[in-house]
Amino acid sequence: MTDKVLMKGNEAIAEAAIAAGCRHYFGYPITPQTEIAAYMAKRMPKIGGVFLQAESEIAAINMVYGVAAAGKRAMTSSSSPGISLKSEGISYIAGCDLPALIVNVQRGGPGLGGIQPSQSDYFQATRGGGHGDYHMIVLAPAYVQEMADLTLRGFDLADIYRMPVMILADGTIGQMMEPVKMKEYTPLNISKDWAVTGTKMKRVHNIVNSLCLEPEQLEESNFKRYERYKAVLEKEPMYEEYLTDDADIIIAAFGIAARVSKNAVNEARKMGIRVGLIRPVTLWPFPKKAFEKAADRAKAFISVELSMGQMIEDVELAVHCRRPVYLCNRVGGMIPSPEQVLSKIKEVEENLKK
Amino acid sequence: MSTTHILIAGFGGQGVLFAGKFLAYKGLIEGCNVSWLPSYGPEMRGGTANCSVIISSEDVGSPIVDAPDVLIAMNLPSLDKYEGAVVPGGKIFYDSTLISRKVEREDVKIYAIPATRLASESSYRGLGNMILMGKVIKECDAFKAPDTREALSKVVSARHQDLLESNLSALDIGYNL
Repeated sequence: MTDKVLMKGNEAIAEAAIAAGCRHYFGYPITPQTEIAAYMAKRMPKIGGVFLQAESEIAAINMVYGVAAAGKRAMTSSSSPGISLKSEGISYIAGCDLPALIVNVQRGGPGLGGIQPSQSDYFQATRGGGHGDYHMIVLAPAYVQEMADLTLRGFDLADIYRMPVMILADGTIGQMMEPVKMKEYTPLNISKDWAVTGTKMKRVHNIVNSLCLEPEQLEESNFKRYERYKAVLEKEPMYEEYLTDDADIIIAAFGIAARVSKNAVNEARKMGIRVGLIRPVTLWPFPKKAFEKAADRAKAFISVELSMGQMIEDVELAVHCRRPVYLCNRVGGMIPSPEQVLSKIKEVEENLKK
Repeated sequence: MSTTHILIAGFGGQGVLFAGKFLAYKGLIEGCNVSWLPSYGPEMRGGTANCSVIISSEDVGSPIVDAPDVLIAMNLPSLDKYEGAVVPGGKIFYDSTLISRKVEREDVKIYAIPATRLASESSYRGLGNMILMGKVIKECDAFKAPDTREALSKVVSARHQDLLESNLSALDIGYNL
């Protein structure tokens, strides 16, 4: 066990990004993700990388845009209000079909909100956030180990599908420490022949641009992009199932909410209630099939969230409203307790008997 | 099949987070699953600090400790705030130099340790936290072996390795109480 080290979630992201070959980090401080920037500030100069604290979040995302266009792995990180500022740049990155990694360690909102954990940027992350028809792949770690693993995976997915990838974490997972073992990482062998790297007068210019004034062409580029999204939807959903085989009630929860829910599931099982958990690891693509299948057997679903009820809409869509979906939540930086989730499970169990 | 929920609380600067990290490493080295969660935000900027540590033979679910099996209170506000939260049959360790009142609970095991006084008497000023941890290691079943050097060397930064021995001595004082 001693080959594992204790790391904060934020540090695990930073270390994994470096392992993934990212040598360009641009950020702007905001709680609760500042350790990512601090870690990068310490490490990047030692390994010939770039750490730059930009003058604003908007500047930082546009620096990522520039490095991505040059074909290098780039990332930025922020927390909720900062991500809103970055959303314009993310839309441009998506519009140019560029890979990039964006980390959102969420805090309570809206507005400046607070600094305690939240999951209320689910809509923003999974539905765009910026303007136009686009998606990001959204990865939702629940463990510090996953902060590292999904960062490695995130850079690969971004390169494979040429699109922005977001790590959607929260203040708890960012701040907590758990044992981490960095995985052996083999760099992806992928050609970036579209990158703007200088022609040396030997090839035609590559152009990276999201402006397109011909509607026919712009439509065509949207169609092409969505062809790639189709492949993502098919191949990339990730989720964890826990005690779902015989479950009458299925909890849907990601990140910290899933961990709290696991405690509640274990307690409920001791009482003989057949309850299980589906934990989406990718929020976009949402693991629809897992829910669809679960709805064949389970009689009810409970979405446990640190929001006013955002993922619940995807759960309802995935089960085609064949089963009732209940909400169990806290907001504004509060976290549901296992007891709260357990009492919701009991309440739903009672409803099912009626 | 056992899980120990530990809550350490005190003033910022007393080494609350450091002590928690030490316990987490001690658990990790002994082959357990562990988590460490600090309070962050306005409360710890010049005010109270606390951290949740979980040591378990199973996977750690929620890292939040609401009902501690073990409370380590390093100042009066922390004891006032968390005394009632400790599970019946749990343990409360507190610094009796800084907390003059008695623990009111009768259904928990109480360890009053004059950590701050012992630290200054033995010229380890500021290491009251580690004196408390020494006693915690001795009294809690979550920790199996008395050896603390390996865990401590993980948490004392490379820059401060010269403080390793004094921290170990402070741990010994607590352990041998």
